Amino acid sequence: MARRVSTRRRVIVTAIAWAVAFLIFFPILWTFLTSFKTEGEAVATPPHFLFFNWTLENYIEVNERSDYFLHFMNSVVISVGSTVLGLIIAIPAAWSMAFVPGKRTKDVLMWMLSTKMLPPVGVLIPIFLLFKNTGLMDTRTGLVIILTLIDLPIIVWMLYTYFKEIPGEILEAARMDGAGLREEVIHILTPMAIPGIASTLLLNVILAWNEAFWTLNLTAANAAPLTAFIASYSSPEGLFYAKLSAASMMAIAPILILGWFSQKQLVRGLTFGAVK
Amino acid sequence: MATKHSRAASRLMISPAVLLLLGWMIVPLSMTIYFSFLNYNLLMPGAHNFIGFDNYKYFLTDPAFTTALINTLVLVGGVLLITTVGGTLLALLLDQPIWGQGIVRVLVIAPFFVMPTVSALVWKNMFMNPVNGLFGWIATSLGLPPFDFLAHAPLFSVIMIVAWQWLPFSTLILLTALQSLDSEQMEAAEMDGAGAISRFVYITVPHLARATTVVILIQTIFLLSVFAEILVTTNGGPGTASTNLTYLVYAQSLLQFDVGGGSAGGIIAVILANIVAIFLMRMIGKNLDA
Repeated sequence: MARRVSTRRRVIVTAIAWAVAFLIFFPILWTFLTSFKTEGEAVATPPHFLFFNWTLENYIEVNERSDYFLHFMNSVVISVGSTVLGLIIAIPAAWSMAFVPGKRTKDVLMWMLSTKMLPPVGVLIPIFLLFKNTGLMDTRTGLVIILTLIDLPIIVWMLYTYFKEIPGEILEAARMDGAGLREEVIHILTPMAIPGIASTLLLNVILAWNEAFWTLNLTAANAAPLTAFIASYSSPEGLFYAKLSAASMMAIAPILILGWFSQKQLVRGLTFGAVK
Repeated sequence: MATKHSRAASRLMISPAVLLLLGWMIVPLSMTIYFSFLNYNLLMPGAHNFIGFDNYKYFLTDPAFTTALINTLVLVGGVLLITTVGGTLLALLLDQPIWGQGIVRVLVIAPFFVMPTVSALVWKNMFMNPVNGLFGWIATSLGLPPFDFLAHAPLFSVIMIVAWQWLPFSTLILLTALQSLDSEQMEAAEMDGAGAISRFVYITVPHLARATTVVILIQTIFLLSVFAEILVTTNGGPGTASTNLTYLVYAQSLLQFDVGGGSAGGIIAVILANIVAIFLMRMIGKNLDA
């Protein structure tokens, strides 16, 4: 039963909520607006909020002057590559832990979670030296490997909580009806598992896209994804607000859109199923 | 017979994941431990002789270590305080019946999807810059002198940036938890004459305890390793004013090429993170069983 509230109260609460939401969102909005200004207008005092000459110049220039597309593709390859590789390794593991749980399943899961608590600086030097000596430094392959390992515990956990919800009885029923293992997997389990796998994929692409420790430390010009490319704007000579804004908008827009679709999965995935 | 068969199959299915993670834990970590006992600097080629605990002694007695440790605690604590308190208030607000709730949610959640380097640079240049930033403009139009955030309050500035990124996370989780609150229980309490405050204290707060624990645990894992935000805003400075442990180890390792010292620092970071992790796992274990 919905709580009944007076219209007046609802108006006030709505106004407050919108004001707070606007404030929280404002930095992104401001970046969006600045990306359409000229460099002069971007630093004008007093600032121009809406009434300026909107221009696409910055987007064009960022694309022309730097290898923006290369870095964008690096981000795509690294985030999607590490997620898919992670899923290939994690699906069988999560599957068997969910459907054939043993005595130690809980311990294995907790242990996997604990590897996530290893601070990256604890292994920074060996990884850095290994990468230098094996030629993995500044390659997409190297980053895909590292991010796969980092994301693996979360992928296993997420899949596990989804697979856990597939009722086991349905398998028995199918078996009674004479379904073989192959039919079982193809016609019954796979369709039921796909939504969980899809949400895991989505959330992990987001996390990998935004990962900014290894991507900053293990890449230079060739394999740098957008996180590292944007970081190059921190040097004073690269300080052009409008271009920084345009590059930023292009870097965050795809993930912002994906993220809005994955709100529910985000809660589940990042709390390891503890909050649904 | 079937179970024996399926158990073997399941072991086979789990082993790639387990072996990979085991290797990921053991190989680099033991290399770090090994390096931490060597006099090994990349700028000085030659013999890497064994020097015992000297690297640890050096790292632990460096005044920068104490600063970094305190900064790490202040950073984690500050962000946790802002995000849990702010997140609870925001979740309570968004749980009210309002018009356009979907859009409000989308706006509030957005900062979480912004990559760290982008949010740090946007805040640094377009808001906190005393000359061209919006905060400077607001201060000047109020007749106040503009404040150079990153020069005079670097750690505070980093806390604000990181808190902005994580506030959506805590809000979303606490909101999800609030929405699973049984409304009949609330109505029953209301009918029994419980006021808004006592309803909040006796029903809402206990209900949110578990979600809050989860928020604290997960954020702590990520917050102990804040790096990009510091790298692109302050470079740990001025001096070491905004250097956290992660950044200190990075600077020792990759800026000063001190493999030995950096490794010792890395191991110390691992030990400290483990202390926090054990503490938190116990806390979450208690809460999750209940």
